[in-house]
Amino acid sequence: MSLLEVKDLVVEFPSRRGVLRALDGISFTIEKGEILGVVGESGAGKSLTGAAIIGLLDPPGRIASGQIRLNGERIDQLPEAALRSIRGRRIGAVFQDPLASLDPLYSVGAQLIETIRTHLPLDPNAARLRAIALLEETGIPAASQRIDHFPHQFSGGMRQRVVIALALAAEPQLIIADEPTTALDVSIQAQVIGLLKRICRDRGAAVMLITHDMGVIAETCDRVAVMYAGRIVEVGPVQDVIHSPAHPYTAGLMACIPDLETDRERLAQIEGAMPRLDAIPNGCAFHPRCPRALPRCAVDRPELLAGGATQAACWLLAS
Amino acid sequence: MPIFLLNRLLQAIGVLIAVAFFAFLLFQYVGDPVLFVLGQDATPEQVKALRAALGLDQSFLIQFQRFLFNAAQGEFGLSLRQGTKVSKLIAERLPATLELALVAAALALLVGIPMGVYAALRRTHFSAQVLMTISLLGVSLPTFLIGILLILLFSVTLGWLPSFGRGDTVALGGWSTGLLSASGWQHIALPAITLAIFQLTLIMRLVRAEMLEVLRTDFIRFARARGLSTRAIHFGHALRNTLVPAMTITGLQLGGLIAFAIITETVFQWPGMGLLFIQAVSFADVPVMAAYLCLVSLIFVTINLIVDVLYVLVDPRIRIDRSTP
Amino acid sequence: MNALRRWLDTDLAYSLRQSPLAMGAALVAFICLFCAVFAGWVAPQDPFDLATLELADARQPPIWLEGGSAKYWLGTDDQGRDILSAVIYGARISLIVGLSSVLLSMVIGVALGLVSGFLGGWIDAALMRLCDVMLSFPAILVALLIAGVGRALFPQAHTSVAFGVLITSITLTGWVQYARTVRGSTLIERDKEYVQAARLIGVSPMRILRRHILPNVLGPVLVLGTIQVATAILTEATLSFLGVGVPPTSPSLGTLIRIGNDYLFSGEWWITVFPGAMLVLIALSTNLLGDWLRDALNPRLR
Repeated sequence: MSLLEVKDLVVEFPSRRGVLRALDGISFTIEKGEILGVVGESGAGKSLTGAAIIGLLDPPGRIASGQIRLNGERIDQLPEAALRSIRGRRIGAVFQDPLASLDPLYSVGAQLIETIRTHLPLDPNAARLRAIALLEETGIPAASQRIDHFPHQFSGGMRQRVVIALALAAEPQLIIADEPTTALDVSIQAQVIGLLKRICRDRGAAVMLITHDMGVIAETCDRVAVMYAGRIVEVGPVQDVIHSPAHPYTAGLMACIPDLETDRERLAQIEGAMPRLDAIPNGCAFHPRCPRALPRCAVDRPELLAGGATQAACWLLAS
Repeated sequence: MPIFLLNRLLQAIGVLIAVAFFAFLLFQYVGDPVLFVLGQDATPEQVKALRAALGLDQSFLIQFQRFLFNAAQGEFGLSLRQGTKVSKLIAERLPATLELALVAAALALLVGIPMGVYAALRRTHFSAQVLMTISLLGVSLPTFLIGILLILLFSVTLGWLPSFGRGDTVALGGWSTGLLSASGWQHIALPAITLAIFQLTLIMRLVRAEMLEVLRTDFIRFARARGLSTRAIHFGHALRNTLVPAMTITGLQLGGLIAFAIITETVFQWPGMGLLFIQAVSFADVPVMAAYLCLVSLIFVTINLIVDVLYVLVDPRIRIDRSTP
Repeated sequence: MNALRRWLDTDLAYSLRQSPLAMGAALVAFICLFCAVFAGWVAPQDPFDLATLELADARQPPIWLEGGSAKYWLGTDDQGRDILSAVIYGARISLIVGLSSVLLSMVIGVALGLVSGFLGGWIDAALMRLCDVMLSFPAILVALLIAGVGRALFPQAHTSVAFGVLITSITLTGWVQYARTVRGSTLIERDKEYVQAARLIGVSPMRILRRHILPNVLGPVLVLGTIQVATAILTEATLSFLGVGVPPTSPSLGTLIRIGNDYLFSGEWWITVFPGAMLVLIALSTNLLGDWLRDALNPRLR
């Protein structure tokens, strides 16, 4: 049984121009302890997927249909109170901007202890010791002093470590990390990603790593899902998706990354742009931009089909 | 941190001097300063003598200095209208206004803040929408009209509460207070409510708007993602982050109570400084106007400073230096 | 017609149609404005023409109470003036003073803000200091002070002088907000490339300000203006109520309320309540319109 199973998830936004489907039938699984990368352009629906899983969709967005199962139990239709007991305890989250993620008026320790004591039956002293241990584990020096410092007293990379500590405070089985390094300096990015990877491996926690940075995906993930216009177009083991992509979009993405080895005059790019939510083409959403489109692609929407080691939603694999 | 406060202190003094300058201009050039000191019934000899004594032929700067010196001691000459010393008049009226302002401030805060929080947390609920509509009314009704309507309802129609004067006051040293007698409280009720309503609605709207903003921030989102209880999120994190910025604006608004008291005192014939000021304006009684101006700016500036100090104490981002290793 | 159709299709018009409250407010405001402008035709009587007053009709209650008559729908005051007419004419005065002071403070504020933002340096610093100081004082105090100074300087106040002093005092309390907003926008626009390019070519600063920067800063100014109309009208009413506003020969709604205040205890509540109701109606509808406009133009809420 998978740790997390998402099946045919549809997320809709009622708006002035009708109902917009931001996520159109997403399906994927995450196994215990694995790191799944979710990659795609801005607006493809990556963050929405993460938000939907923990029930933090901003209204008027809502889950229209589909199922989300955690360890076999459905969590997509739970009342708020039940969701609250899952958040933090069984699924943790790390967001993009570490400064904005921390309450500026409370010390780091206060926020840690608060989270710990919400989920675990510890007295204040025990909670404080545990908080210090967490800070040490995430690489904060002089943890027993810095626990009483305020967020603005930490540098960007340190803050993200604090955020990771907070996400792990109640020992969740799954961490949803939404662009955890985008707001950080490049030199810090590697450290933080390395920390995330190590600390999750140590605990056996799974990670859903949402990002638009293929380099991070290549370094960190076991499997990767590629999203486009609210749909998953390809999913599979990281090395296979990168080196032998089955879907034309993925292939286009890989081609965009400049290669240090070969000589090229121009940067490759995919013609056109991702369609707006109210103007998604019939059939395969990518077909207007696809160099290998078949007539069928404009009519029928492809399901995920097996193509070697990966699965891709492309009619090219149906022959 | 101390540098920040020092800066504010210097600014405050600057404002005070600027206001005093304006008052000085009033004194010198609007009407006759000699008459201000001597009163209307001065004889020509007295006027001549005082003109020499006051050194009205001396340089502008020296006259300003003298004015500042006097002003700092509360000496503003005689009231044109009443002939008595301005300082004495103001000292008599000050307790009435300050008490009214304090009671109104307490009312505005104790009712406005909880209502604002409620309106933010239960944003879509019908009762919250009703509150917001009523608050719009509160901002659209001028203070004097509120006073009149309250008088119409509670004094004329129902006969429950009195509509003018202070009631029985008790003298505590130099201060006369109406808060120690039942009749005093009855008399202060309607004026205080009138004065408070405008501030109350402002505070309520401000707290609501600020709280709605805070509830949308990333750290509240992260707090929810950590599974914290609604209580902890709303009252621990959101409320605290709302009150800190709201506090500054609220503090400054409350200073405005002193000015709005002018209107309330007129409607209810409350014997305070505001009523005195209005009478001075109608009569063009410049010494009283100048004195009121200086006193009121002193109060404002003091409130501003207190608010600044409070802000420093409450917000760790300002209190603690960033450069801790 | 085409232009109207195009406007109806914009986001702004859509937002208006979504909010029945805003539409109602716009309607009410329009009606008040109409009545005030065409007061001569709308009001049944000219309350300031002494020849038409009948003292015998004084202190009559409104039509639905005992003693009321169809001639005076809302009753009469102590001099036999028809309250309905007095309210309509009073509203006209209130609106004239309110709108002209808002317009004036808009012009002054926008001009100063543009200059301050564009030129920078010590002019900018000095102006901002001034704004800070003025903002820390409540508007009513500033207005009262100016009214007081005006009275002291012109003891035999002619009608037009009194109006001038009144409008000046309200204007001087309102310009600061515009100046600050416009200055902020100007600072942003000034550093944009198209302005720098224009300066390089030698386009005169006046032209740059007028043709390039001004259109970009008008949005928030408009919102401010709408909200400020209510404030200006209420300030004028307060000043008139306190006796230092419009001259007694041209009573505004505030003056009417003051006159009526004396008759509260003798039971003739209508003399003060109806002018009050009209005042609230105008202020409320303008406030609602201003609120709606601000939310509709706020890019973050769309």
